[in-house]
Amino acid sequence: MSSSLMSGAQILLECLGREQVDCMFGYPGGVTLPLYDAMYDHPLRHVLVRHEQNAAFAASGYARVTGKVGVCCATSGPGATNLVTGLVDSMMDSIPVVAITGQVTSKLIGSDAFQEADTFGITRACTKHNFMVRNVNELPQIVHEAFYIAASGRPGPVLVDIPKDVFQAQAHYAPVTSIHLPGYKVYTEGHTGQIRRAAQMMWDAERPFVYAGGGIVAADASAELRELVETLDCPAVCTLMGLGALPGNHPNFISLPGMHGSYAANMGMTNADLLIALGTRFDDRVTGRLAAFAPHAKVIHVDIDPAEIGKIRTAELPIVGDVKRVLGKMNKFLVELREENAAKNAGARHSWRSQIAEWKREHPFVAATASDKIMPQHLVAEIDRLSGGEAIVTSDVGQHQMWAAQYIKFNHPRLWVNSGGLGAMGFGLPAALGAQFARPDKLVFAICGDGGFQMSLPELATLVNYSLPVKIIVMNNGHLGMIRQWQELFYNNRISSAELTAFPDVTKLAGAYGFTGRTIDKPEDLRGALSDAVREPGPYLLNVKVAQFENVYPMVPAGGALNEMVLGPPQPVAAD
Amino acid sequence: MLQIISVLVENKPGALLRITGLLSARGFNIESLTVARTLDPMLSRMSIVVDVEPQQRRQVIKQMNKLINVLQATDLTDSPSVSREMVLLRVRSAMEHRTAILKESEIFGARVVDSSTEGFALEATGDPEKMDEFIDVMRSYGEIEVTRSGMVAVSLESKKLRLAPPIPTGPDAEKIDTRNGVLNA
Repeated sequence: MSSSLMSGAQILLECLGREQVDCMFGYPGGVTLPLYDAMYDHPLRHVLVRHEQNAAFAASGYARVTGKVGVCCATSGPGATNLVTGLVDSMMDSIPVVAITGQVTSKLIGSDAFQEADTFGITRACTKHNFMVRNVNELPQIVHEAFYIAASGRPGPVLVDIPKDVFQAQAHYAPVTSIHLPGYKVYTEGHTGQIRRAAQMMWDAERPFVYAGGGIVAADASAELRELVETLDCPAVCTLMGLGALPGNHPNFISLPGMHGSYAANMGMTNADLLIALGTRFDDRVTGRLAAFAPHAKVIHVDIDPAEIGKIRTAELPIVGDVKRVLGKMNKFLVELREENAAKNAGARHSWRSQIAEWKREHPFVAATASDKIMPQHLVAEIDRLSGGEAIVTSDVGQHQMWAAQYIKFNHPRLWVNSGGLGAMGFGLPAALGAQFARPDKLVFAICGDGGFQMSLPELATLVNYSLPVKIIVMNNGHLGMIRQWQELFYNNRISSAELTAFPDVTKLAGAYGFTGRTIDKPEDLRGALSDAVREPGPYLLNVKVAQFENVYPMVPAGGALNEMVLGPPQPVAAD
Repeated sequence: MLQIISVLVENKPGALLRITGLLSARGFNIESLTVARTLDPMLSRMSIVVDVEPQQRRQVIKQMNKLINVLQATDLTDSPSVSREMVLLRVRSAMEHRTAILKESEIFGARVVDSSTEGFALEATGDPEKMDEFIDVMRSYGEIEVTRSGMVAVSLESKKLRLAPPIPTGPDAEKIDTRNGVLNA
């Protein structure tokens, strides 16, 4: 094997090239100077964000829309600590991200050197795995291991901490031909006998119900999921992380389930006799009060992570494996077993479908509109109309996120991008930035609240810097809407620190960065303003003043069971 | 009754912290912990003694098995295993008790490792309950100082260790779907 003398920084870039990294989101600093110097002569595209947290969010956005590993980079100390929120977000949502951080020179580690932080210690609990490189010779091996760990099994973030002297050290570089992680177990195939039994259980059920999560998206198993749902002809929900796994207008698809799920979704969960849980982890926002969750159902649980099986809800039939492969086999068994079983419960299944349809009809998601003000549901419904199920939509966290998840339909997976598990405000804009880099061909909406938007303001400069035509839609209700909603409903309407005054004039704000911004507050302007935003070749900032005191419904109160959901605001009772 | 988790782990910096971190993050206290190299110098064996409900213990062991550096984490609580602990004990005692102390030591199988005019240093091994008794008995003879090793355990079941094979990287590996290449369940 030929080898050549290279610096650690050059070796790192070479390894990133071999991992087919086409862009990296980052921010330079003192100890990463040797790396940035090596980048000067290297084709790797470095995207200069304006805050390291947003580098991690952008890498996550990039990974979420492509399925490839997103890469971010920060310097030691403050750079590394700023990455932490973004890494936890990727950890919670199982997103493949590799973070490269600089570290102070090896001999200074532990001496409270300038810009020193114990990155390896701090990020241990917020990554799938992390490395500290102690010698330039182990660098290539570690970089490839990091990418492999991030992308394989249940994906997640991996951090590689590299001291400055390792970047500078010279070494003979030889490409790594294999890596060995003896303790890293990835279970992909699924037990064939179990899969067959699961297929039989599905035909035996009278009220089967598919509960699909982000694992379907991560495994690119949408086609297999669709085949399963159509073969069984049973109702299905996709969680907040799984939206788009089934097309939003698919006849078997209901909506997202859980705290702000639809009536039909939650009644379906509650009354099912078989819950088919695929790539999902029974999050508390989905289950509500656990003791009353799907009380009549047996559970089939497919997940690649054995630690998820039985963590929250005991599964009658657990299958550990890659959900794409498992469903591939499952669909074969379903077809094989169809002939002798399909007639068995046909009547019961038919009335189950009718029941679901009736629940859907009783309480559909219908976007409220008003003549004198823009209703938030109206805004997301208009975005849905423009998108036609094809645009990438990123969101921040809060009311707007829930309305977007309820009303915007996605024809494909990897279009809906949000911080589901961690619920990190400020995610929407940097994630949109990463998504637009990954998919320059796509229309990208960043739907932000007026709170979250102000957390990621510095990235407006990045949008302009790289001419990214992201359409920022601020759903502005002058409040931290979800906080206000909870204070109204559960804290006697004592609104405490939830009012956001002094929101900037967006025309001036966007103008200061050299692009167009506009504020609207009349329903008749909504359609035109959104069209203008989409037609604009560059970025656009649309501030939509919506009804201030609107709440997200249905809502399962914290600690409530799914079927105890509140469908709307209390209605005035007529006095007799 | 305490429980023992046995962990086979790569001998790498930070590995210990990853494992104990899983316990401390859940607020579980570690009663004792021993680590030492195995026959293979690349690997270490840890014996961790905890007091955790079975359901939570199962979950935390699953999480340990997910750690990249962990080759195998097993619960020895309900499976056939042998566990021992070593105690080093110094007892100060008046001259007239010396013979009695030696007699008691013999009963517990303890050895004298140092003897002086002030008393003895003794070494004993056994299961933890036995060691508790040994310490109690010695306390009755005078002032004592004790260091316990924590429990070490070995499973009596032969469980086959399944290790992941090496994974090719580089241009040839591009055709391999990295998400799906490793190990069949």
